[in-house]
Amino acid sequence: MPAFPTAARAALGDTQLRRNLAHATHTIRDKRARVVAEVEDWEDLRLAGAGVKEAALRDLATHLETLEESLVRAGATVHWARDAEEACAIVASVAKSHGADEVVKVKSMATQEIGLNEALEAEGIAAWETDLAELIVQLGEDLPSHILVPAIHRNRAEVREIFQRRMGVVGRPAPGDLTDEPSVLAGAAREHLREKFLRAKVGVSGANFAVADTGTLVVVESEGNGRMCLTLPEVLVSVVGIEKVVATWDDLDPMLRLLPRSSTGERMNPYTSTWSGVTPGDGPQEVHVVLLDNGRTRALADDVGRQALRCIRCSACLNVCPVYERVGGHAYGSVYPGPIGAILNPLLNGVSDEQTASLPYASSLCGACFEVCPVRIDIPSVLVDQRAQVVDSHRGDRVPKAEAVAMKAAAWTFSDARRLGLAERASGLAGRVIGRFSRTTLPGGRTAAGRLPGPAAGWTGARDLPAPPRESFREWWARTDGGTHDDQDGSGTATKGGRS
Amino acid sequence: MSARDDILGRVRAALADVSPAVSVPAAPRVPDRGDLVALFDERVADYRAVVTRCTSDGLQEAVAAALGPARAVVPPGLGLEVAGAVVDDGLSSAELDAIDAVVTRAAVGIAETGTIVLDHQPDQGRRAISLVPDLHVCIVDASQVVADVPDAIALLDPARPLTWISGPSATSDIELDRVEGVHGPRTLHVLLVT
Ligand code: SF4
Repeated sequence: MPAFPTAARAALGDTQLRRNLAHATHTIRDKRARVVAEVEDWEDLRLAGAGVKEAALRDLATHLETLEESLVRAGATVHWARDAEEACAIVASVAKSHGADEVVKVKSMATQEIGLNEALEAEGIAAWETDLAELIVQLGEDLPSHILVPAIHRNRAEVREIFQRRMGVVGRPAPGDLTDEPSVLAGAAREHLREKFLRAKVGVSGANFAVADTGTLVVVESEGNGRMCLTLPEVLVSVVGIEKVVATWDDLDPMLRLLPRSSTGERMNPYTSTWSGVTPGDGPQEVHVVLLDNGRTRALADDVGRQALRCIRCSACLNVCPVYERVGGHAYGSVYPGPIGAILNPLLNGVSDEQTASLPYASSLCGACFEVCPVRIDIPSVLVDQRAQVVDSHRGDRVPKAEAVAMKAAAWTFSDARRLGLAERASGLAGRVIGRFSRTTLPGGRTAAGRLPGPAAGWTGARDLPAPPRESFREWWARTDGGTHDDQDGSGTATKGGRS
Repeated sequence: MSARDDILGRVRAALADVSPAVSVPAAPRVPDRGDLVALFDERVADYRAVVTRCTSDGLQEAVAAALGPARAVVPPGLGLEVAGAVVDDGLSSAELDAIDAVVTRAAVGIAETGTIVLDHQPDQGRRAISLVPDLHVCIVDASQVVADVPDAIALLDPARPLTWISGPSATSDIELDRVEGVHGPRTLHVLLVT
């Protein structure tokens, strides 16, 4: 995966994508704003939600031990997985122990994060995504681009084409008279997947919340595919990130009020399922829970970044982010896109590779993401802290980055008045040069340069560089004796600029 | 070292200098909204579910009217005669798939969000019966309606499996056009007994 700026440039050129995204993000965020405005004490609810998650995180080891105990008491088998490989191996071995060569899946960020579908495929087990959008993505051999509406980059004509071309290859074909009406397409998905639900022996899920004191897992969804996966198979395996824990049953209260309103802009999502282990005579009679680390303890150790683990994956921050709105989810190169992805990926994986290290810069730091976050994650502060970590990680480089060189030079210049004066004169000269050659004029009449060569290209690739003023403040002060004897605007005429 | 001990060790190390959280702020209550049953009625209907009010004497008739010609499955403890219905005695998923409708009762109704919660006692049956048939007729007694989510949570037993239902199954995955019903029942008909 290329670094964010490269991937973003390609996405920006895709006008269809930008149109779909703008429509989606605006629609969802308007809906959200309406139902959030209905709640008089929204801010207090946010504080309560943030408190529940923060308290659980700060005493995580205790809560995890309690969760394990309650799950086992309720008849579930608990597994622990340090990383993606271990987690995938556990799911594969459960499926194999039942002779299953397929599993049905309810959409889950954790299973996407660990690449479960690919891992199962390598073991000869087909993993069927059952969420409509995930089905579109899977059949289209594509990647999800949004947490909530993963196929938002596809329009109805594309969906119809994908269904017609691919459904028959993996199961029940799409009906011959398939139109591109959303209701007809949803109907085709219903028929196609029902066959799989009815015969599946093993279901795979994630969980939105895991309640420590009762051993209860919670899955929030809309379509009923979640209920199908959680109820009909004989065996259920849930892959749960260790940060999903809340301490008590009552703690679900602020969470179940915050999540649907922040996410889909509904007072409540159509279906929420909760279950604690095995219920005799109802649902799967063998229940497994895989508690997953995969970088979460790394994030937990980061004092500023720890709060990102409060995230309940509502996707509100994606829909308000001016950067996400224009480039979409693929450019982030991970299953977690948008503002939360920009901080979560570096927290989980470190900033050692170029792609991850580019993510904390994929933001305008406008703060909109913090405003909407139901659990009050201060994403901008974490971004700034991570930028510092990225810079720090390059301190020992043999060839320093252009930025580091520039900052060193600036420090040297600013620390001495004479050097600063010289630099300002040079800048005035540059201003005149840029002014002469530039084609762009900024509002107010100031000229600006487009794309510059050399190290500045990274900056000017997406921005105009305003030409520096021809006369610096110090020069003006010296020329006019502090503004006492000449009020002529030196920058306009440059008649007295002959000193350089 | 086992993965379990390894992960718990890492969690402890990561939090070595972190003090456990101060107390969690209490979640606010919704203000008094007056007639809860009326609010529940309105909010359930808002999800494009059908809501019909009836008296307990008229319930049997109301169920028959809601079902029309549809053949229904009922849980063993429904406590109501439903003409032509099959009583669930552990029907297979395929058998359920051949049935059009289901009639159940509920555990709690939440006015603020228009949500019905099933806790799958004998009057509501297994989770599968309220999932596979395409029409769900759900009987909610006015006395079961509470104001908001925390009231429901306080009443419900986490040891039981729970299904929270807010309107029929729905998706907005294709161009954000809302479509009722993908996998769960496409029609939810609530009989509100007042
Ligand atoms: S960071 Fe906050 S707003 Fe963004 S997805 Fe997570 S919980 Fe939602």
